[in-house]
Amino acid sequence: MSAPILAVQDLCLRFGGLIATNNVSFSVKPDELHAIIGPNGAGKSTLIAQLAGDRLPDSGQILLGGADVTGLPSHARAQRGLGRSFQITSVFSEFTTLANVALAVQAGAGSSFRFWKRAAREHALVEPARAILDRVGLSHRADVPAGALAHGEKRALELGIALARRPRLLLLDEPMAGMGPEEAARMVELLAALKGSLAMVLVEHDMDAVFRLADRISVLVYGRLIATGSPEETRSNPEVRQAYLGEDE
Amino acid sequence: MLTSASRHGLATLLLLVALALLPPALNALGEPFYIGLGTRVLIFAIAAVSLDLILGYGGMVSLGHAAYLGVGAYTVGILSFYGVQNGFVHFLSAAAISALVALAIGANSVRTTGIHFIMISLAFGQMLYYLAVSVSQFGGDDGLNIDAQSAFGGLDLGDPTSLYYVSFCILVVVLFGLDRLVNSRFGMVLRAVKSNEPRVRTIGFSPYRYKLTAFVISGTICGIAGALLANQNLFISPASMHWGRSGEILIMTILGGMGTLSGAVVGSVVYISLEYFLSRLTEHWQAVMGPLIVLVVLFAGGGLVALLAGRRVAGAGSR
Ligand SMILES: Nc1ncnc2c1ncn2[C@@H]1O[C@H](COP(=O)(O)OP(=O)(O)OP(=O)(O)O)[C@@H](O)[C@H]1O
Ligand SMILES: [Mg+2]
Repeated sequence: MSAPILAVQDLCLRFGGLIATNNVSFSVKPDELHAIIGPNGAGKSTLIAQLAGDRLPDSGQILLGGADVTGLPSHARAQRGLGRSFQITSVFSEFTTLANVALAVQAGAGSSFRFWKRAAREHALVEPARAILDRVGLSHRADVPAGALAHGEKRALELGIALARRPRLLLLDEPMAGMGPEEAARMVELLAALKGSLAMVLVEHDMDAVFRLADRISVLVYGRLIATGSPEETRSNPEVRQAYLGEDE
Repeated sequence: MLTSASRHGLATLLLLVALALLPPALNALGEPFYIGLGTRVLIFAIAAVSLDLILGYGGMVSLGHAAYLGVGAYTVGILSFYGVQNGFVHFLSAAAISALVALAIGANSVRTTGIHFIMISLAFGQMLYYLAVSVSQFGGDDGLNIDAQSAFGGLDLGDPTSLYYVSFCILVVVLFGLDRLVNSRFGMVLRAVKSNEPRVRTIGFSPYRYKLTAFVISGTICGIAGALLANQNLFISPASMHWGRSGEILIMTILGGMGTLSGAVVGSVVYISLEYFLSRLTEHWQAVMGPLIVLVVLFAGGGLVALLAGRRVAGAGSR
């Protein structure tokens, strides 16, 4: 058994009287796709924000590749191999689609304190960026400003930006949110193809996608992890059925 | 058919050619007096272009940029007060001291955003203004007379045409250098910070270092404009660092079009010329200037450059 890429221990975060993260502990193996499901307001995005470093927990510990990153800011975690996509699309609207990804490639390709050479003419940035666009199906939109992309395309770009950093662990907060069925199916294929090459934490409401993709599933309810297990175990767990899956039946 | 970017480049080139031909044209028209006005335009163009780096590309709205004009000018004034006349010493010192001042101010302000940044830049600017007012040794409120222009061997900056072309060359170098910078790796990070700072962090950049570096570069360039200003006026007073002056530089940059570099030059040409000619027509010239600026901002979101180009010229070269 390989050591976990991510280990979370006793994470707690309060918003005033609300306990958004309540003693959460779980771990993710290096090639695992770990889904986190739970009803609206369960604290999934808040948990992701703490893993990414956008929000500091009140207590508890986050280990990335065995190293304690609990107090590190988000850019330092990114430099240690953490990638993330946002629930609400967050791209560089004024940049072209290609420039969005090229910037993320640049973040992992040596110093950015270079003031003279045009970044758009650096093959070392542009070629990998084109390869990523190809992978997420946006090659034909390379020169379009990201702000002008359709919603589903922006979600794909969001993933492309995260991938360009070549993360060891990717945090995906509802990558399918707001997508049409066709686009969502394409995203599922994309994630299925990525599986095994890196670890992923996937927050998603689309249960078909979750049960298709996940190696393990954790169920978050009112900030508490009530169960972690394989898709089969999760499906048949009575507590889970009652607390969450029951809503769908 | 030209692309938006190459059209923009062509327009910049035409503008620079026109500025290069201005002194002989004015001499031919028998109006050499206006060369001095042209120099003033160029000096403020350098200041406005330097502001555009942090404003149009870095998203930092500075209301204290005149401080660097003042620092650069006072450096020249104080050096010659102590008998140092060497031009290289003057300009290198002006650049170095402006850089240090920008480093100190930037280190304490670029972490803030929005209205907080505006207020902090304003506060630091006014601090320097009151410092200049209070140091009576260098004239205090009354300002400091400068005995002679910076000495550059055979080059006489006392000759209006020479000073004009020195200012012009510095402007061209600044425009070219910054055009490279804003398209470089560094420039892409800077623009990305303006566009979406949280996203920049999540791909692994710490915005602070990039913003601070841009801030220092901007302040340094503006300090050099200040050294030119001292040479033109042979006089320097706290008024040149007052926040109202910072506001004027801000207006020039916005008027011409933020995030275009050459827009700041257009803004300076228009603002300084209007100020000069309107103030000769009426003492209430600001009552005319104000509405004019409002109209441009309302009807040309991208400034005069966008108005002239007939469409928006995006800083990121993509919209
Ligand atoms: N900044 C905040 N201040 C106070 N309460 C917050 C804050 N952010 C989130 N919350 C609350 O914390 C709880 C968890 O929110 P969170 O966004 O993490 O839920 P979620 O599981 O991602 O929901 P969804 O499925 O709708 O995306 C919610 O009750 C929310 O209202
Ligand atoms: Mg959420």
